[in-house]
Amino acid sequence: MGDYAYAAPSTVDSTVELLSNTAQSGGRAQVLAGGTDVLVQMRSVDREPRLLVDVKQLAETNKLSIGDEEIYIGAAIASAVLNENAELKGKLPGLIESADLIGSTQIQGRCTIGGNLCNSSPAGDTIPALIANSAVCHIVGADGERNVPVEDFLTGVGTNCMAPHEFLLGLRIPTPKGRTGDAYLRFIPRTEMDIAVAGAGVRLTLDENGTCTEARVGIGAVAPTALVVPDAAAALIGSNVDEAALNAAADACSAAASPITDKRGTVEYRTKVVGVLCKRAGAIARDRAVVA
Amino acid sequence: MAKVHVSTTVNGQPQEVLVEPNDSLLDTLRDGLGLTGTKEGCATGDCGACSVTLDGRLVCSCLVLGVEADGKEVGTIEGVADGDGLHVLQQKFLEHAALQCGVCTPGFIVAAKALLEKNPDPDETTIRYWLAGNLCRCTGYDKIVRAVQDAASELATPA
Repeated sequence: MGDYAYAAPSTVDSTVELLSNTAQSGGRAQVLAGGTDVLVQMRSVDREPRLLVDVKQLAETNKLSIGDEEIYIGAAIASAVLNENAELKGKLPGLIESADLIGSTQIQGRCTIGGNLCNSSPAGDTIPALIANSAVCHIVGADGERNVPVEDFLTGVGTNCMAPHEFLLGLRIPTPKGRTGDAYLRFIPRTEMDIAVAGAGVRLTLDENGTCTEARVGIGAVAPTALVVPDAAAALIGSNVDEAALNAAADACSAAASPITDKRGTVEYRTKVVGVLCKRAGAIARDRAVVA
Repeated sequence: MAKVHVSTTVNGQPQEVLVEPNDSLLDTLRDGLGLTGTKEGCATGDCGACSVTLDGRLVCSCLVLGVEADGKEVGTIEGVADGDGLHVLQQKFLEHAALQCGVCTPGFIVAAKALLEKNPDPDETTIRYWLAGNLCRCTGYDKIVRAVQDAASELATPA
């Protein structure tokens, strides 16, 4: 077992080189963004010394751009910084709310959407909202860059598709156009500072008649990874997102859930509640789309 | 283990300190720089006793590495008072008896100061949500919230 070390490379190439060399020499590197999960884990469940590779100095991981086609959110931008960006919050209120739900003011000053995704907890709050928004992970490594949809990025509880030589640069999200709205809701037994018992994110687009033309639904904390639920989206598309359509979407979410029973909730409870959250988030997304 | 040299600014004063790569900023402040006003409660980011500002933003110093303070400005409880003159928040915490054991108090004051700098006139709900990451196990929160409200009104009153 070696010692802890720390590096904060200033370029993407040198970061990849550092990660690759460490992996090839049999060492262990861990990418560090806000550190609100990593530092806790390295003092409790995972004390093995490693090279901490801080990616906060990179221009690419701090990039935030809102284009006509794509919104790019750098992986190392603190949640509080995103929340203070009125234009971003106006475009993706549901996603920014999902990030804002995580932790206290102090945690918000450090935690990142990229870190929440890379921690790959089944209950990560931003993940269903990212899935609903068709977010794509912009990954770089020794073999170059690749783009992976969030729902394909996750491989299990706390695991994802990235190789040891790779890291997340940012997230690409299609810019909402016209009458589009998103929303994310989770259930916790307190008012804040807790881990989701279940969560659901919805993004949908309405035409001029109020008919839903596009929809995406993501659910969290009810399976080993957050999931995309195509059947719930199908229940909304072509409808006016009325009670019947929302109930059908809710049933699809409950059907897609395969939760566990733990101290936060039972299988039966989570299965029911994830549908209720989808229904409520769908109604919020619809109301936002009407005024967008 | 190879120590790392860190150049940082704490409460406006340039500081040079050697840290282990996995030392927290809290360790660096307390053990490296002797600034023991910042307290360790949980060391997992849940209690807020170790609250400091990093380049003006409120953080838990237990969830920041000491090395990450290199080139940054850190603000701690030691920088809140002006010499022997207490900050309004400190004075109001005394007047309202908003503390008992006092371990949470530096974190509350640093956090409340960050709030009033961002929002000089917060309502009670805003104060309670902003301070939700600061836990007090002695007094409860009413006296703390009242002290912050009183400090905000006093700061808003032209001298």
